[in-house]
Amino acid sequence: MTSIVGKGSEKRDLASGTVTSPMGRVGKATINGLAFLALVYLFLPIFVIVMFSFNNPRGKFNAVWQEFTFDNWLHPFSDTALTDALVLSLEIALIASVIATVLGTFLAIALVRYRFRGGAGVNFFLVLPLTTPEIVLGASLLMLFLEPHLVLLNQDFTLGFTTILLAHIMFCVSYVALTVKARIRGFDWTLEDAAMDLGARPARTFMKVTLPLIAPGIMAAFLLSFALSIDDFIITYFVSGPDITTFPVRIFGQSRTATPPQINVLATLILISSVSVMVLVTWFGQRRKRRLGNV
Amino acid sequence: MIQRDDQGRKRARAAPWLLLGPGMLFLFLFFFFPLYTLLEMSLSASPSRFASPVFTWEWANYSEALTQYGEQFSRSFLYATLATLAALAIAYPLAYVIAFRGGRYKNVLLGMVIVPFFTNFLIRTLAWKTIVGDQGMVVDMLRTVGILGEHESLLRRPIAVIGGLTYNFLPFMVLPIYVSLEKIDTRLVDAARDLYSTTWRAFRKIVFPLSLPGVFAGSLLVFIPAAGDFVNAYYLGSTKTTMIGNVVQNQFLVQVDYPVAAALSFVFMAIVMVIVAVYSKLLGTEDIA
Repeated sequence: MTSIVGKGSEKRDLASGTVTSPMGRVGKATINGLAFLALVYLFLPIFVIVMFSFNNPRGKFNAVWQEFTFDNWLHPFSDTALTDALVLSLEIALIASVIATVLGTFLAIALVRYRFRGGAGVNFFLVLPLTTPEIVLGASLLMLFLEPHLVLLNQDFTLGFTTILLAHIMFCVSYVALTVKARIRGFDWTLEDAAMDLGARPARTFMKVTLPLIAPGIMAAFLLSFALSIDDFIITYFVSGPDITTFPVRIFGQSRTATPPQINVLATLILISSVSVMVLVTWFGQRRKRRLGNV
Repeated sequence: MIQRDDQGRKRARAAPWLLLGPGMLFLFLFFFFPLYTLLEMSLSASPSRFASPVFTWEWANYSEALTQYGEQFSRSFLYATLATLAALAIAYPLAYVIAFRGGRYKNVLLGMVIVPFFTNFLIRTLAWKTIVGDQGMVVDMLRTVGILGEHESLLRRPIAVIGGLTYNFLPFMVLPIYVSLEKIDTRLVDAARDLYSTTWRAFRKIVFPLSLPGVFAGSLLVFIPAAGDFVNAYYLGSTKTTMIGNVVQNQFLVQVDYPVAAALSFVFMAIVMVIVAVYSKLLGTEDIA
C-alpha cells in the first residue's frame, strides 16, 4: 500500500519538469476523458455502498432505494452475528499479519543480505502461493484440515479460529517477503559493517542500524497483510467453521436470506478507517523522507 | 573486512537458512503439504457411499471432471479472457494519465485506484447487483434507449458476470501498468519526435512496448483470480453462466464429493499453469526489459 503511494513524485522532478506526452491535443482530451470514466467506474459501487448505508429498506434485502434514514448509523452493531464476525476478522487480521510479517521479513532479509546456494529456488518457491488460484489454496487447506490421519501433522483440526488463522498467515507470508524484499533491495548494507567496526555488537547493530533502515518496508508489508487478511473471502470460506466465520464469509452466508443495511454501515466504517490509515502512513513516510533526506 | 558482492550481499552458508527456516517450514506445512493432500484426494475413491475416500490411483475422477464439466471450464476461461481484455482497455488510459499527467496529484490518483479495495469484494459485487439490477438506473436507461427490451434485464446474463469480474480486478491491471509507464524515460519520446515521428507512432513504437511488462503482470493478476472466481457468477449470473469456481465450491462444500472436486481443482490449476506458461513465452518480459 505505502509502497505504491509513497513512490512517484520524486522521479518526475528529475525529468526536467516538462513531460512530453506522445499525443495530440484531441488525443490528449480523449485519453483524459477515458481515464476519468475509468475512475467513475471504479467509484460507482463505492458510492452506492455508502449511499445505501442511509437506506431504509422494505423487506430483508437492502437492494432498492426507499428512503433516507440515519437509523442504521445510530445502530451500526445491531446485527450481532455480523458484528461478531467483524470482530473475529479484526482479531485474525492482527494476529496473522504480525506472524506473517515476522516470518516474511526473515525470508526477505535472508534473500537480500546473503548470497547462498538455493537462493533462486527459494525465490521461486515464494512466488508459487501467489500464482496458485485461491480456490485451489482453500480446497487444499480444507483437505489438510479434514484428514488428520496424515503422517506429517498428526493433529486434529476443527474448522474455526485456528484453521482460518493458519490459512491467512500462509497467504500473507509470500506477500510480506516480496514486499519487504523489494523495499530493502539496494540499501547500503556496509552501514552495518561501519557500526560493527565502531564496536557495536551484532544485536545492537541490528536494533540501531538495520531495523530503522528497513522499518518502513516492514510497516508497508504489515499493512498489506492486514488488508489482505481482512478482505479474504474465498480461502476463508473453505476453512471456516459453521459458527466461527469472518466478516466476508458471514455476508456471503447471510446474503441468501437478508442483506441488512448494517453491512453497508460497517463497510463504510472500514473504508473510512482504511483511507485514514493510508493518508497517515503516506504523510509520515513523506515527513520521514524529508527529515532523512531521501535515504 | 566482510566480502560482499556487487549487490552488497554477504556470502554465507548457515545464516540465511536460519532466517529462512521458520517461514519455509510454515509454507511447506501449509502450502505444499496441503497441495499434496489434495493430489492424494484427487486419486482416491470411497469404498462405500458414506465411507471416507481411500487412495487407490483412481484416475476415473479426472476423466469425470473433464467430461462432465468441460463446458464450465471453457466458460471460465472465456469469461476471464474477456474480463482481462476489458480491464486492459479501461486501465491503460487511466494508468497512462496518472503516470504522465498526474503531476502533483499522482499520489492522490494512485490512492483513488486502491480505495475500492478497502471495501470487501463481496459487498462491491452486491453493490454491482444493485446498479445493474432490474430496478437500477442502468437498466432503466438501456430500456429507454431501446437497447434492452421492456422486460429484459442485465442480470443473469454473461455480460453481467464479465462486467463484475472486470470491475473487481481492475486495480490489479492499473497498478502494474502504471509502474512500467512511470519508469519510461520520456526523453526517448522527445528523441522520436525530433526524428519526425508522429505522436501515435512514438506511442506504438516506444511507450507501448516499454509498458508491456506491466501489461503482462496486470493481465495475469486479473486473469488468474477471474478464472477461479465464483462470487460474480453466483451473484450476477444464472445457471447458464456457471463457472468452474462454482462447480468446485459446490462439489467441496455442498455435494461433499471430495475426490472429484479435488480432481477438478487440479485440472483447473494445470490449465491455468499452461496458459500462464504459453503467455509468458509469447509476451516474455525478459526480451523486452
